[in-house]
Amino acid sequence: MHANNGIDESAINGRFPAPSQRYDLVVIGAGPAGIAAAMASSGKGKSVLLIDEHPVPGAMMGNDVPLMFGGRMTTATLNPERMVETVFVTEPALEAAMEAGVEVLLGTCAWGVYRNGPGMAALPERVVGLADASRAWMVGFDHLVMATGARDLAIGFPGWNQPGVMGAAALTMLLARYEAFAGKRVLFIGSHDLALETALLARDKGIDVAGLVEVRGCPQGRAELVSALEQAQIPFFLNDAIAEAKGGLDGVSGAVLRSGAAIDCDTICLAFGTVPAIELVDAMGGARTLDGMRGGYVPGIEEGVSFVGDCAGLADTGFDHVAYRMDWAQALGALSKPDTIVCQCEEVTRADLIGVQPPNYLSRPDPMAARSLESLLGDGPANQDQIKRLTRAGMGVCQGRRCRDQVAMILALESNKPFGTIPLASHRAPVRPIPLKVLADWDEDPTMRAGWDVWFGIPTQWTPYRDIGTPREKVHQDMISGNMSL
Amino acid sequence: MKVVVVGGGVTGLSAAWWMARSGVHVTVLDKFIVGWEASGRNGGGASHYQSPLFEEEQRMWPQMDALLGYPTEHQKERIVIAVTERQLGQYHYIAKMNNEMGHRVDLLDAKQAQTAVPLAGENCLGGMQYRFGGHANPQRTVQAYAWALQDLGGRIVQHSPVTGFKTQGGKVTVVESATGRYECDAVVVAAGPQISGLMAQLGVDVPLAAARAEMIVTEPAPMMPLGGVDGNGLYGRQTMRGNLAYGGGPHEWIDVDATGPAARPTSPLTRNLARRVAELLPKAAHLSVIRSWAGVIENTPDGRPIIDRMRDPENVVVATMSGVGFGLSPASGHAIRDLAIEGHCTFTDIGKLSLSRFDGIAPDWRAQRGWLAAA
Repeated sequence: MHANNGIDESAINGRFPAPSQRYDLVVIGAGPAGIAAAMASSGKGKSVLLIDEHPVPGAMMGNDVPLMFGGRMTTATLNPERMVETVFVTEPALEAAMEAGVEVLLGTCAWGVYRNGPGMAALPERVVGLADASRAWMVGFDHLVMATGARDLAIGFPGWNQPGVMGAAALTMLLARYEAFAGKRVLFIGSHDLALETALLARDKGIDVAGLVEVRGCPQGRAELVSALEQAQIPFFLNDAIAEAKGGLDGVSGAVLRSGAAIDCDTICLAFGTVPAIELVDAMGGARTLDGMRGGYVPGIEEGVSFVGDCAGLADTGFDHVAYRMDWAQALGALSKPDTIVCQCEEVTRADLIGVQPPNYLSRPDPMAARSLESLLGDGPANQDQIKRLTRAGMGVCQGRRCRDQVAMILALESNKPFGTIPLASHRAPVRPIPLKVLADWDEDPTMRAGWDVWFGIPTQWTPYRDIGTPREKVHQDMISGNMSL
Repeated sequence: MKVVVVGGGVTGLSAAWWMARSGVHVTVLDKFIVGWEASGRNGGGASHYQSPLFEEEQRMWPQMDALLGYPTEHQKERIVIAVTERQLGQYHYIAKMNNEMGHRVDLLDAKQAQTAVPLAGENCLGGMQYRFGGHANPQRTVQAYAWALQDLGGRIVQHSPVTGFKTQGGKVTVVESATGRYECDAVVVAAGPQISGLMAQLGVDVPLAAARAEMIVTEPAPMMPLGGVDGNGLYGRQTMRGNLAYGGGPHEWIDVDATGPAARPTSPLTRNLARRVAELLPKAAHLSVIRSWAGVIENTPDGRPIIDRMRDPENVVVATMSGVGFGLSPASGHAIRDLAIEGHCTFTDIGKLSLSRFDGIAPDWRAQRGWLAAA
């Protein structure tokens, strides 16, 4: 209100309650690194919460959350009890952590971290937003450990937008943890350690490995892994690339390589590499830096937050992951057609991305034809967020997990700039898709409801112009303050 | 005539576009990228009956796609629905107020409202339908202005924050920026929260306070017959893609220096917004929220725009829309063009939007209103 009493009743200050729960330590991600971090602090009189988003609800897995499952899950993933059990069976240290006093929540994701800083001073303390399948809540912490791992990197090619094209991290999860992989014969794209290890795992699990495709002239990963595959008579297709995924009703039914080789398979596993899962720290406004030797963008230093495991950066083995995947992006870009999809959610084609064209449901008047990435670059340094807004590439329900990195690579290649000079599209909370009714604060603090105004709560803002300075002004203000319609 | 527009937001770009249409040689200077601040981060509404620019806003929007040559996603009309009796009373008052001004608003009973808004639920008590106004896509519209301006020969220089002015004989003759010096016959300062700092360099006090406001977006929902639906303390719309984009609720006053906001963080308000969207459109409550964002908005002490030509230096026009700039942009640009070229607004009276109404305002006006940034 405009009471001039020194108080803005519609401002946010004082309306956020203290979080309902608080821990000395919250660890996000219950892989080996996260469990170790939680165990290190437990039993020292500290309260420790360890969460993991797995098992992810089956419907979310269908949206490639958080890994690129490519629709190749068996129906076993629709059984929540079984899924929880498999997490415990495959991660025995979890039980040890619980015995050591760590509170463990599975099927619980962290979707946002909030703290006071530039542009915000209204929070009573730092909080992390959590959600399971039925509710969301905020948790306070003294220290936060992110152990969010790494996620699949996708690079598109003709036909990649169909079931059966999946990521190596997702395949590993389905094979090693859930025993819920629905494919029978897999072609691997890439030959660095991730590809080699995943191919060996697949073979060990009785899956037929059709081969590994490598854009460079020799296998890229560790020699002992390469020879293990060679001994198993699994072929490497060197100096080659995937030209097309053939498919039918059930998705992938085969692959055609640049060399012309046709390969029978029901799954194409993208194993170019994984990228550190930095969505949470990026969405909180944290620092990120590009480190090609460590898998891409890695978190910077954050007060009260530490990063362990792959999310802090992949182990530096002297291999430049960014250079490697740029070789792939170049090769697959050359094999792509103008109508090859880049962003699956929003059906943005490669031509429309590079042309900075609007989505198909809008008309394209003549002047649009003169607009392109090139014309945009003429206006100054490009920004992926700006291109995202115009083309919608990265604005879909997968939140850019499938296309953010490849769009960045395409923009770098098309503008002849090193990868990283065009800022990567930002991540936003919630960093996982969360249903409105789950995310909603149904136990809202009464002060939030009391102070709610549709806009700024400045009643004079909405007085019809002709009534300004007349007695009617006061009548309007009394009637419509607090809920002005715009 | 050479005009420099300081600020490539929707107001500055529209003004530049209007001037370019009149043959003016225009250069727009922006500190970063066009539309990067509040102009590209808002609800996209275009139904501002309170404004003296309303008639022009309504006249222009249906023509904008054709005039600009690029899509804005403009859609006609709006529906506002209530889920509490208090809201319904307020909406009915707004309807009455508009009908008295000759702007047709139809009342909807609960059944009519639930039919018109398929995602609404049994909790919907009724509402109103504006037979005017509408909404558009802010980001696409900003870029459309920028491209249309370029097509008319105007120049946009991004990554070019303005650092100072050179005055001579009571006029600004040069605008200095990170990319160089720009000679001019007139200047439009439409730089949002940075207006105060820029105008202070010219000895003019423009009282503005900046705040952060937030919105959330869901995955696409089935298309409703009319996308411009809000209410329940929210503003927003269903986009042409189907996403539900809504904001509202408490804002946070912040300090913004000459370089602009240091950050635009969102807060746990995301959850309060999600609740209100779920209440407004219960049949969409199963849909996922996929992002949130915040924008930084400047407000004048009475929340009304300032669109005014200065007395000294006399070739400077100041324009801030006080947090309600996107929808009015086709009209505000016209008014600014008139002030810069003709010296007065040719199509309507905007006298009550002059800066002089704040002459002598108490230096602690922000503190009086509780508009200070928290420490």
